[in-house]
Amino acid sequence: MEALKKDEVNPKILEALLKDSDITIDDALDNEMILNMGPQHPATHGVLRLLLKLDGETIVGCVPDLGYLHRGYEKMAENMSYYEYIPHTDRLDYISPMANNVAWVLAVEKLAGIEVPVRAQYIRMIIAELARIASHLVAIGSFAMDVGALTVFLWTLREREKIMDIWDVLCGARFTNSYTRIGGVANDAQPESLKLIRDFIDQFIPNLDECERLLNTNRIFVERLDGIGAISREDALDLGFTGPNLRASGVNIDLRRATPYLEYDKMDFEVPVYNEGDCLARYFVRTDEARQSKAIIRQVLDKMPQGPVRAAEPKKVLPHKADVYSKMEELIHDFMIVNFGINPPVGEIYHAIEGSKGELGFYLVSKGEGHPWKCKIRSPSFNNIQALPHLVKGAMVSDVVAIIGSIDPIMGEADK
Amino acid sequence: MTIKEIIKNKLQENFKDASLEFSEYKDEFVIKVDKKIIASVCKLLKTDTELKFLICEDITAVDWATRKNRFTVVYHIFSLKNNIRIVVKADVDEADCSIDTVSSIWRAANWQERETYDMYGIKFNNHPDLRRMYMPEEFEYYPLRKDFPLMGIPGSLPLPKK
Amino acid sequence: MGLEAKLKQDGFFTTKLDAIIGWARQSSVWPMPMGISCCAIEMMAAADPKYDIARFGSEVMRFTPRQCDLMIVAGTVTYKMSHVVRKIYDQMPDPKWVIAMGACTSTGGMYRSYSVVQGIDQFLPVDIYLAGCPPRPDNLLNALIQIQNKIGRTKARDFQDLKLPELNVIQNN
Repeated sequence: MEALKKDEVNPKILEALLKDSDITIDDALDNEMILNMGPQHPATHGVLRLLLKLDGETIVGCVPDLGYLHRGYEKMAENMSYYEYIPHTDRLDYISPMANNVAWVLAVEKLAGIEVPVRAQYIRMIIAELARIASHLVAIGSFAMDVGALTVFLWTLREREKIMDIWDVLCGARFTNSYTRIGGVANDAQPESLKLIRDFIDQFIPNLDECERLLNTNRIFVERLDGIGAISREDALDLGFTGPNLRASGVNIDLRRATPYLEYDKMDFEVPVYNEGDCLARYFVRTDEARQSKAIIRQVLDKMPQGPVRAAEPKKVLPHKADVYSKMEELIHDFMIVNFGINPPVGEIYHAIEGSKGELGFYLVSKGEGHPWKCKIRSPSFNNIQALPHLVKGAMVSDVVAIIGSIDPIMGEADK
Repeated sequence: MTIKEIIKNKLQENFKDASLEFSEYKDEFVIKVDKKIIASVCKLLKTDTELKFLICEDITAVDWATRKNRFTVVYHIFSLKNNIRIVVKADVDEADCSIDTVSSIWRAANWQERETYDMYGIKFNNHPDLRRMYMPEEFEYYPLRKDFPLMGIPGSLPLPKK
Repeated sequence: MGLEAKLKQDGFFTTKLDAIIGWARQSSVWPMPMGISCCAIEMMAAADPKYDIARFGSEVMRFTPRQCDLMIVAGTVTYKMSHVVRKIYDQMPDPKWVIAMGACTSTGGMYRSYSVVQGIDQFLPVDIYLAGCPPRPDNLLNALIQIQNKIGRTKARDFQDLKLPELNVIQNN
């Protein structure tokens, strides 16, 4: 972190930074300093650049600068078919990769009007909830590490390695799996992987309790977070918060209840809501959500039916590989779908799921061709970072780190 | 009356002389308005006590690559009270590539409109801080337009020397 | 490094000195994690209790470039970020090495678009390229061992006149 001179800052950013200053002195920068919390920083959760205007140690203004990980996702989506885009969606919110896969295929199935068999929906629910647990573990771990408790990070990563082993057995890759397909999932969940999942969730809650015992009664942790970065209910709604951050400010909205997708309306779980809206509330919402995810996975494992895992629509859903190698029609369908893509009808839809950071949505416009005409990714982290200048005003420099950790942004998603 | 009919009636009452089109596609309710009245339509949708569309989920634009009405700006908004999501659209021509901002109504629209400006070049009138979002400030093109190639224009972005 | 630069001949004394200094450098490589996107998570996983990187000598991952000798570039480098990566590389003291982790840093990876640099060797000298998207932590540990072998074989005369050749920058290849 280094103090910048006036002419080193881009003039447009400087103008935005100096705009809302209520200190009227001759040269506004005499008593104030512009600090660059650069894209390469141990505690900014990725490549986020913050320009802070400081008065001593207190922050007077803040301008985030995004775009250091802008990879051109939306332009690439216009040039490749719906199937080819599934590995790209993995790398959006790269801490919970399965959830993005599920969101994309749900949006494409809504556009193309494909009915998915029930067993595939249940498997998708399991992997989405496992992805949520993995994401919250990393969020809690790195949040605690930013505030100073280094041990918790290694303990939560140890739990996360167990989830990655489950994914390794289920679909072959530990991370960035691309497990879902349009019309179902890639392969059936073997009994071995289901047993691994059951064993994991049986021992997960005591381990999470152990991590929490290090933090919840720790005086430094609580005093450093209590009352910091508080946001009221109206501000949270107005500034575009969604997900756990919004539920920590007292708004009871969860897309799994409001607009149910997959089979969530048949599951029995609670949605944790806290009213204070500060960093500590956001931390508690995440730990409670991890516990509720465990309850959902247990119910799904008990209720899962037998059946096929891919829809039986030959023109739109890839057939199983064994059939492709032995039967004629499946070979032709495979060739047509891979080369020319599924051709959904002309139209546009927007579909959103409750990702681990908030509302992850895809807006797809189709002109009847094999690739989308337009794809817009509504990323929760982008909208959550928008509230950052409002939250850090009046706080001290060391609080910025705690506030960023509690919002939990992922730059791969925010920058697309 | 269903909530969609309530919205329809309220809009038709308040904007009698404007041309509004309502359509439904796969249980999504779409309202197409003229770009000059977009700010007042959004204000009504937010402040009316029965409707209360408090959350602005997303603002984006679509490039149709036609001569007339090249862009369409699309707003997705959500109402907590009625648990419904609607889509509001407005056509923008390439010659007069600007539309009124709604960031005074929903503060979340601030960055979303900046991103639309960065990617498509649509200017938002009275926006408090219209800068580029993702590309560096010196970049001269608008990446998501259909005439910009996928691999970019060589030389448009500088690289450090080895 | 100053002492070795003065000893120009390869006598008995210098070879033994080289061996000791090479062994000391290779056993305590401190990486500078340039964690940008998904590969950074696998780099974090290489530091967790299962694939412990500390047992290979990389006990600390310092985030300040002044104290590191190995830069692991993990994640997609865009044109906007490339200036930052180059600046951090210039701030590292000699001798330094670079691992290009993953497909995105080696060749641009699966992102063939207008804003991604198609391979970081267009502006950084790279010692090891790792394949994978993302490479497994075992793969990263293998790369670390290869770098350690390479460091152990260096001699004093390699560091005497350090001048990096100016290559033409090829953009949007």
